[in-house]
Amino acid sequence: MSAPALADEAAEALADGTTVAELRADKRVRRRRATLPYVLLAPGIIWLVVFFIVPMWSIVSTSVETGDMDTGFVLSWRWANFGDVWSQWHQQIIRSLEYSLMCTVFCLILALPLAYFIAFKAGRWKNLLMALVVAPFFTSYLIRTLAWKTILADDGWVVHAMNTLHITPLLSGMGWTYSDNSVLQTPFSVVCGMVYNFLPFTVLPIYTAMEKIDPRLHEAGQDLYASAWATFRKVTFPLALPGIVGGTLLTFIPAVGDYTNAVMLGGPKTKVIGTVIEQQMIGTGGNIPYGAALSVLLMVGTLVITLAYIKRAGTEEIV
Amino acid sequence: MSKNTETPAAGGAVAGDLKLVNVTKRFGDFAAVKDLTLTIPQGSFFALLGASGCGKTTTLRMVSGLEEPTAGRVLLGDHDVTRLRPYKRPVNTVFQNYALFPHLTIAENIAFGLKRRGVKDVKKPVQDMLDLIELSHIGARKPNQLSGGQQQRVALGRALINRPQVLLLDEPLGALDLKLRRQMQIELKRIQTEVGLTFVHVTHDQEEAMTMADTIAVMNLGRIEQLGSPTDLYENPRTTFVANFLGQSNLWPGKASGTVGEHLRVRLEDGTGVLIPSARNNASGDEVIVGVRPEKMSIHASADEVPDGRNMLTGGVVTDTSFVGVSTQYVVKVAVCDELGVFVQNDGARIFRPGSDVVVSWDPSQGFGLDGKQDIDAGAEADLEAGS
Amino acid sequence: MAVINWFRKHVIAIVAGLIFFFLLVPNFVVIWMSFNKPSGKYNVKWEKFSFDAWKNPLDDGILHDPLMLSLEIALLATLVATVLGTMIAFAIVRHSFKGRGFVNSVLFLPMAAPEIVMGTTLLALFLNTFGVSFLGFKSILIAHIMFCVSYVVITVKSRLNGMDPMLEKAAQDLYATPWQTFWRVTFPLVAPGIGAAALLSFALSFDDFIITEMTAGNSVTFPYWIWNAVQKGIPPQVNVIGSLMLIITLAGIAIAEVPKWLKTSKAR
Repeated sequence: MSAPALADEAAEALADGTTVAELRADKRVRRRRATLPYVLLAPGIIWLVVFFIVPMWSIVSTSVETGDMDTGFVLSWRWANFGDVWSQWHQQIIRSLEYSLMCTVFCLILALPLAYFIAFKAGRWKNLLMALVVAPFFTSYLIRTLAWKTILADDGWVVHAMNTLHITPLLSGMGWTYSDNSVLQTPFSVVCGMVYNFLPFTVLPIYTAMEKIDPRLHEAGQDLYASAWATFRKVTFPLALPGIVGGTLLTFIPAVGDYTNAVMLGGPKTKVIGTVIEQQMIGTGGNIPYGAALSVLLMVGTLVITLAYIKRAGTEEIV
Repeated sequence: MSKNTETPAAGGAVAGDLKLVNVTKRFGDFAAVKDLTLTIPQGSFFALLGASGCGKTTTLRMVSGLEEPTAGRVLLGDHDVTRLRPYKRPVNTVFQNYALFPHLTIAENIAFGLKRRGVKDVKKPVQDMLDLIELSHIGARKPNQLSGGQQQRVALGRALINRPQVLLLDEPLGALDLKLRRQMQIELKRIQTEVGLTFVHVTHDQEEAMTMADTIAVMNLGRIEQLGSPTDLYENPRTTFVANFLGQSNLWPGKASGTVGEHLRVRLEDGTGVLIPSARNNASGDEVIVGVRPEKMSIHASADEVPDGRNMLTGGVVTDTSFVGVSTQYVVKVAVCDELGVFVQNDGARIFRPGSDVVVSWDPSQGFGLDGKQDIDAGAEADLEAGS
Repeated sequence: MAVINWFRKHVIAIVAGLIFFFLLVPNFVVIWMSFNKPSGKYNVKWEKFSFDAWKNPLDDGILHDPLMLSLEIALLATLVATVLGTMIAFAIVRHSFKGRGFVNSVLFLPMAAPEIVMGTTLLALFLNTFGVSFLGFKSILIAHIMFCVSYVVITVKSRLNGMDPMLEKAAQDLYATPWQTFWRVTFPLVAPGIGAAALLSFALSFDDFIITEMTAGNSVTFPYWIWNAVQKGIPPQVNVIGSLMLIITLAGIAIAEVPKWLKTSKAR
């Protein structure tokens, strides 16, 4: 320790009447305290950096490799891989975006009244109902998705009811299904499964945001000449906006990469980008750089859409 | 539509008295308000006073429409509004803890009601209101950047700008500290006089009610215990609840034993005879509870010092003396009561220490008589609970 | 008129009820189909009531290995992720440090990335550094810990945020050392949050398919087995296991919620 530093320390000690030794002991404690947060953070954060951030680099480098399954792939910085995958699979990319957007919109339409009901009208049933919303999480979602095959089967009562109500021709008219008496293996069944699977992700953040709203604000709205609907638009909705932004993001992002619904409830005409990536990376496609390039596109695409959306919605409180 | 901001009749109804007719509100088995009938004259400052759970807030909410009566009717002038939705009533509320919209600025909060009613140009009325509540300089801020007193004024302005026929105030000053509360009490009274609207004020704070209201209704267990002007309620309470809840009272049970001129003679339990004005006796039978406010009583060293013609309780012993500056408050033990309160104004006279033998006296005209068949302590705990 | 009024008053409840129906119907179908006796390989169409699948829930042991692998990974991933995540949550809520923005983004991004992206990036990392032989139990476990940590952090963090920091000050005022304060005051109060985080981790890990498929190599977890079975034929035993999971969950909810609910209903 240098002389001026020692002098400073002595002055500091004199100023509040402690001894230099006491002050040093105190500083040691403080220094130990100051390292504590880093000790707590290090293992988890290093894990995430190594297995989440570093792999991003791996995928980018893999995406510009060339070669084949037999001879192996080498890093050749072939950026043209991106052009290749776009021209070959842009249809699937666009389809994935369409499905996930539709899924997000329908999820929002369903989540708003559900979250509103649980947050404001359910009283002491609130926690129980919220538990029921998340309970499906705890049974394998693949099994539950399969259940939709039973529900939407051609000779099931749902399709019968839809036929009777003339909904099936309407759907096929819009191109959401392919025939008048069947709904499976169509965009309709795929989006239906996606909405079912992702709805809890939409509801949770919206519910959390709504639950924080003082119910007296609704009374104040009604007292100030706003009907229930006007109160929802002018008071509830803006106050729940952070939750709505969060909920739609938590729905859209996983939905865009999902291929389980498209495979289990869809058919050859509903192939999405996730399926293509899966086939290229570990399946019969066999071109790992192509799979990687598609992943990078998906990653960058979602990031750009997310950031633009957050900026548009004017909020950064997502989680 | 913009005319609505000038006239009190926001909903297009004719202004008039607010009437509640045989109103009852039940929540399950619990009756919060029982068969309440009440007329609140147009332009008055009316207070509903009572401890928590007495039904005063429920009454208010039935007027605003946030609660629907189980039975009975609510009338504004000749207009039956019992089943009218809250957003269709020309009634506005200043909520407890204000319920300001956190996502809107002060100016937007104030403009809310006008906009919902389709008023196109809200700039001027909002500016006028901001001036009235003296917050023009911070109209662009959000509610959470304001102090409690400022939020209170925004809540008031947000309701007032609609010129409702009736303005409801639900414990509007409850969240403010004492000093600010006193200041706002005066301000509220000033604004009410200025705008001339009917104010219905719900509070548990008897001092607040007495400071501001022309008429007070003391509520207890879903019913109105007594209704009258602040002085009337204080000087001439008709039930032990009102006597105990509104200020403090010394109450002793006794039996009527004949009249002396305009006074009624009452024999207390220890045999002492005291006089109360017959006009201020509310007892229906012989059993009379005699009441005297502590500040109406005097304290003396011996019976010789008591002027003629005053009621007197002898043989008292001071058990506690607290000097509070403007007055000295004694607790005296006498035969008929262990804890008799006597407040003596600080006029420089001697102060009696605990243990002193004393005699207390009061002018017979200052006593009052209550029906002896009620609980003598009613309202005393409620007063403590209300924290006033 | 009365009907219209009633409808207007309850429209929100009716809509919410329909949405609940939509959310819960597949669960009932899962249970219902577990009692089916399909004639072919696919348990999709209702044919005949039978207890066969319930009597033989592992389908003659075929499901044993995938289930055990999923359980093992879920337990280990939960343990590690809960410890790591809880430590991070404490650092975030109770300490000041440099690089808070970085830490927050690193925690947020895994929740905001499509699963397929996380799966392929990890696969690329493992292939580039260790080669294909590394894929299996280890790689799945690494991946699961990675995506569970963030969820643990937000769950524990919200519990910690809801805790009055004055309680710790009060404990220290009452002669508790920092160590005692932590174990006697802080930990018991945060424990429910940590428990919830662990449950969530377990569910996420046990149920994960997409990331697992990318990193599994030749190992087959329970969801992965179902995925493969979709092409080859699904036995009703899968529904039995799905039903059991649901029943255990609902029992857990009942144990946690019913006492609270009884308390509030008495208080009214």
